[in-house]
Amino acid sequence: MAALLRQLGHAGRITLIGDELVPPYQRPPLSKAWLKGEADSEFLSLKPLAFYVDGAIDFRPGVRAVRLERTARYVRLSDGTDMSYDILVLATGARAAALPVPGADLHGVLFLRTSADAEALKARLGRDKRLVVVGGGYIGLEVAASGRALGADVVVLEREARLLARVASETISNFFRRLHERHGAKFELGASVVGFAGEAGQVTGVKLADGRALACDVAVVGVGAHPNDELAAESGLETARGVVVDLQARTSDPRVFAIGDVAHRPMPIYGRMFRMESVPNALEQAKQAACTIAGRPAPVGEVPWQWSDQYDVKLQIAGYAFDVDEIIVRGDPESGKFAVFHLQGEHLQSVEAINSPPEFMMGRQLIGSRKAINRLKLANPAVSMRDVAL
Amino acid sequence: MPKITYIDFYNTEHTFEVKPGHSVMDGAVKNNVPGIDADCGGACSCATCQVYVDAAWQSRTGERNEMEQSMLEFADGVQSNSRLSCQITVTDELDGLVVRVAKKAPD
Repeated sequence: MAALLRQLGHAGRITLIGDELVPPYQRPPLSKAWLKGEADSEFLSLKPLAFYVDGAIDFRPGVRAVRLERTARYVRLSDGTDMSYDILVLATGARAAALPVPGADLHGVLFLRTSADAEALKARLGRDKRLVVVGGGYIGLEVAASGRALGADVVVLEREARLLARVASETISNFFRRLHERHGAKFELGASVVGFAGEAGQVTGVKLADGRALACDVAVVGVGAHPNDELAAESGLETARGVVVDLQARTSDPRVFAIGDVAHRPMPIYGRMFRMESVPNALEQAKQAACTIAGRPAPVGEVPWQWSDQYDVKLQIAGYAFDVDEIIVRGDPESGKFAVFHLQGEHLQSVEAINSPPEFMMGRQLIGSRKAINRLKLANPAVSMRDVAL
Repeated sequence: MPKITYIDFYNTEHTFEVKPGHSVMDGAVKNNVPGIDADCGGACSCATCQVYVDAAWQSRTGERNEMEQSMLEFADGVQSNSRLSCQITVTDELDGLVVRVAKKAPD
């Protein structure tokens, strides 16, 4: 956001307040390349320190914004000082949801949200270490894949009957389960965690509702996230499990913007509002806010997308499967290269592509253009993705 | 350290030293070159880091890899010298490399 403002020629003072001790960094590699030891901290940081100096961005690490006073236009910081503003951008993100069970505060029961979390996890992973992952979502599965790559013994516990239950189709869920099993990860589906066992403050196991206990050296909890919208809500800004914003990323106060995981935003192609947790979403909203602040029109809306890398598999998802009445699978899941298309009438709502960039790239365009689709052509991998629209 | 020159969509040249082992995209993002959005952070998943490689350098930057080729087939503004800059790893041999940002300037 600060970088975009400078790119757009914004000359005013910019202060960046963050509660972490390190400058902004990329989070996606934390569960993948960084955890596996394939990337260094220099790679992880979004910008070198010189960027903040040269760009005249006043970066304040290790301080929290604790109160927002919108009438007097200042933010109270955790060090007791007040920071006044002309324009405020809330990019407070989301925090990992806790598991409200006994033993969740033991050492070795970890989340993966920050680089500090990732450091703690990395220190406990390694050959023959026993890792239990609570939650079969993207974070959980990526940690499981990295754990296996490091030679750890991995068990994933999922409350629902299938993996990725809230975020992917059944075909994709089954594909990832088989993929992980081939790489030696184990699964317990329909498993309910009732507590963690420990010795001398360290986790030693996970207790299940059916009475079983799984021994472990480290447990990672990835069961969702909550938006950090308290600052906004307490100041009277409109919130709805996230700070409500418009297509310029503006909140109900014209001087205050909210972007990224904390924002509850309109998504015109689906005619509804929701909150997204993805890097492309955060960047799109940063562009909306930066353009608005710089006095330019906000860019044209993008089709939301996200990706996940596990083992040698790349999953790319475009759109959301709202109000879908038909699912078409293109290609054979056994081949490790296929795509699942979600249609509403003749229109494409979403695509989940496994090692299939053409399906992802073209699918994303077709979701945005609302072109009618020829189902037979779409289902036939021999027909080019360029020719599937009617 | 190898120096890479980026020509942005305003035709402005930016030259930076980029660490060997990092990608041409990393160098652009860390130095805030306009038009290299790099939404996916270098995972070859988004095609928002497309560049045109200067003709004199095409042989040294090598060929597109399979995933990259597949992404570029469906990206906008692709030319024969298009590459995804996240897939070009900087080496001492690439000292002096010149690339042009493929993205068009905003209106």
